[in-house]
Amino acid sequence: MDGVAQLQKQLVDYTASLFQEGFLDEQFNQLQQLQDESNPDFVVEVVSLFFEDSERLLNELAKALEQKTIDFRKVDAHVHQFKGSSSSIGAQRVQKVCIAFRNYCEEQNIEGCLKCLQQVKHEYSLVKSKLETLFKIEKQLIAAGGSIPT
Amino acid sequence: MENGFSSPRNDSFPAGLRVLVVDDDPTWLKILEKMLKKCSYEVTTCGLARDALNLLRERKDGYDIVISDVNMPDMDGFKLLEHVGLEMDLPVIMMSVDGETGRVMKGVQHGACDYLLKPIRMKELRNIWQHVFRKKILEIRDIEGHESFEGIQISRNGSDLSDDGHMFCGEDMTSVKKRKDFDNKHDEKDFGDHSSAKKHRVVWSVDLHQKFVKAVNQIGFDKVGPKKILDLMNVPWLTRENVASHLQKYRLYLSRLQKESDLKASFGGIKHSDMHLKDPAGSFGLQSSINTNQNDVANEHMPDTKKTLNADNPDPQETSSQMSFDHSFASLGSEVNYEAFDCRIWSEAPKIELKREHKPLLQLEDGFSQLPPCAPEHHVKIDKLHPVPSVTSGLSLTARDVSGPIKNEPLYAEYQSNRVSHVSPKKCESFPVQSKSHMVVNHQSYESVSTAISSMKPQGFNLSCITDFDYSQRNLKASDSTLAPFNETACLLQGDFHNKYFGLPNIEFTGCNDPSFLAEIPVHWHDTLTSDYECPLDPTEYSIFDQGLFIA
Repeated sequence: MDGVAQLQKQLVDYTASLFQEGFLDEQFNQLQQLQDESNPDFVVEVVSLFFEDSERLLNELAKALEQKTIDFRKVDAHVHQFKGSSSSIGAQRVQKVCIAFRNYCEEQNIEGCLKCLQQVKHEYSLVKSKLETLFKIEKQLIAAGGSIPT
Repeated sequence: MENGFSSPRNDSFPAGLRVLVVDDDPTWLKILEKMLKKCSYEVTTCGLARDALNLLRERKDGYDIVISDVNMPDMDGFKLLEHVGLEMDLPVIMMSVDGETGRVMKGVQHGACDYLLKPIRMKELRNIWQHVFRKKILEIRDIEGHESFEGIQISRNGSDLSDDGHMFCGEDMTSVKKRKDFDNKHDEKDFGDHSSAKKHRVVWSVDLHQKFVKAVNQIGFDKVGPKKILDLMNVPWLTRENVASHLQKYRLYLSRLQKESDLKASFGGIKHSDMHLKDPAGSFGLQSSINTNQNDVANEHMPDTKKTLNADNPDPQETSSQMSFDHSFASLGSEVNYEAFDCRIWSEAPKIELKREHKPLLQLEDGFSQLPPCAPEHHVKIDKLHPVPSVTSGLSLTARDVSGPIKNEPLYAEYQSNRVSHVSPKKCESFPVQSKSHMVVNHQSYESVSTAISSMKPQGFNLSCITDFDYSQRNLKASDSTLAPFNETACLLQGDFHNKYFGLPNIEFTGCNDPSFLAEIPVHWHDTLTSDYECPLDPTEYSIFDQGLFIA
């Protein structure tokens, strides 16, 4: 009904905006396409895994950069990992920061690295909240009896 | 197992393809699992390389293809890749979010049949079955056409094969028949049958491989043929086909090593010239071959080597020369008198090398820093046993660390210039630089070193840089200077060796330094060395290593 239609529209628009603003990329679509009846919560599950793993990685990163003597290889390894996992869900902006981050690691630029750490944390929390909002709308839609438009 | 695929092959192939996915990233693991399931594949996931290897070893024929990430915490993906390729002979696809050419190249060099860039699309996964199929075809061809049966296509009729077989290598009727059967089966396009025709997957254990290498050496690499090898090996349950396919892999491995060395040489200008085994062409290849040879040789020399290294060659020197490998490897051994080198080490080293790509000691980056200035000890001549702590420590070859061009070119140059006589302190430095080199490198160097050593009378394992250096030098002398990278590797190996030997702390090159490293070598030329730096070998092997190598 109206509620459902409205929610659906809301969902579609919101999703589109995330893509437009570069928060998400094509990979996210892939995830959505993988979702099916046998796995109706696939996207949410994957994204949750991503969140968990990311918190851990960000903590490791912060720790590594707090050391008196920074082991840039280690930092780079973490960033590389983070880049990989952010690419898994299509968190494009996070990925981009990771690329810059790795360059600083290569140059062993502490300041640059610290700056990137802040940036990546910021981008991560942004995309996290956006996705959480998205899932909320989806939930509402389903609760209202609608289905997620594919 | 006979069946290549668990599901009915003909109709639904590639459905039911049994895929093993290895990735430390849980998100990707889940996604890949889902994607592969959507392709109707049978998926098994693993978060650790070790677990994956265990799974593969437990169920020898339980999987058709392995997909692995390059960066994993417990083991370098490339190592895993080599292990799988050598031990289980399965196609391996590498994945990474890093698409740098160097990495991709490394993947290919290590034997990956494909390299996917993350994010991975489902359509990329749909076609992975082609690698399984291709491998089967090639194996069939290999078995049948191993001796240059070019014309033999999968669907040849038996008669053709038999004829060729006879002509080609005078195979006896049995072999021919086998081929025929194989061929017929192949005609049916029944993969399962092919598998059966191809025999069960043979696991080439260290012992078995040792026998193989020994046989190859005895026959002469140039003249080698599966039938001859099989006869010499005298392993009743082994078939000509097994040997043929193993031989092909071995050849590929050697050539890959060679290329690696060449590549490395050009990269870092590593002057492994010394290291080069006489044979310029195969400097890297030599490494592999050398390693193999060395293993054999080493085995021979090392009486107590745990590994059943077949000591066919009575005289190390001769052995090396006998190495029928085309590579100069052979030539190396004879001349160098690496007394310091413990043959044992060599024997083991080669193994490792073989497995790994022989990456020239290029990656010495960090190790270098770790190395204290080369102590005079470095100058130890090969004949002298000098613990070269400084040298060794520097050699922390980081197996995983395939950094790239060898930085210590100048050092190496010096290193190399140090012909057999002694290693000057400078050289030591170069050595440390190498430490960063990949394990692979280490292996290689080991191999090369081993070769040299084997040819030389192993004296004690006085792994000083010098020894390595000298060794490499000798090797290099033998071969042309193009082997520089090889040399490096050799140096590296040595360095690691030394490190281990002398208990140098920073030896990252666990693989090499690790006694298990040594142990590994003989065990499985494909196995341990490449994959596990963490002492894949059991303690027994370790002890052998200790015996042979470490004087200190």
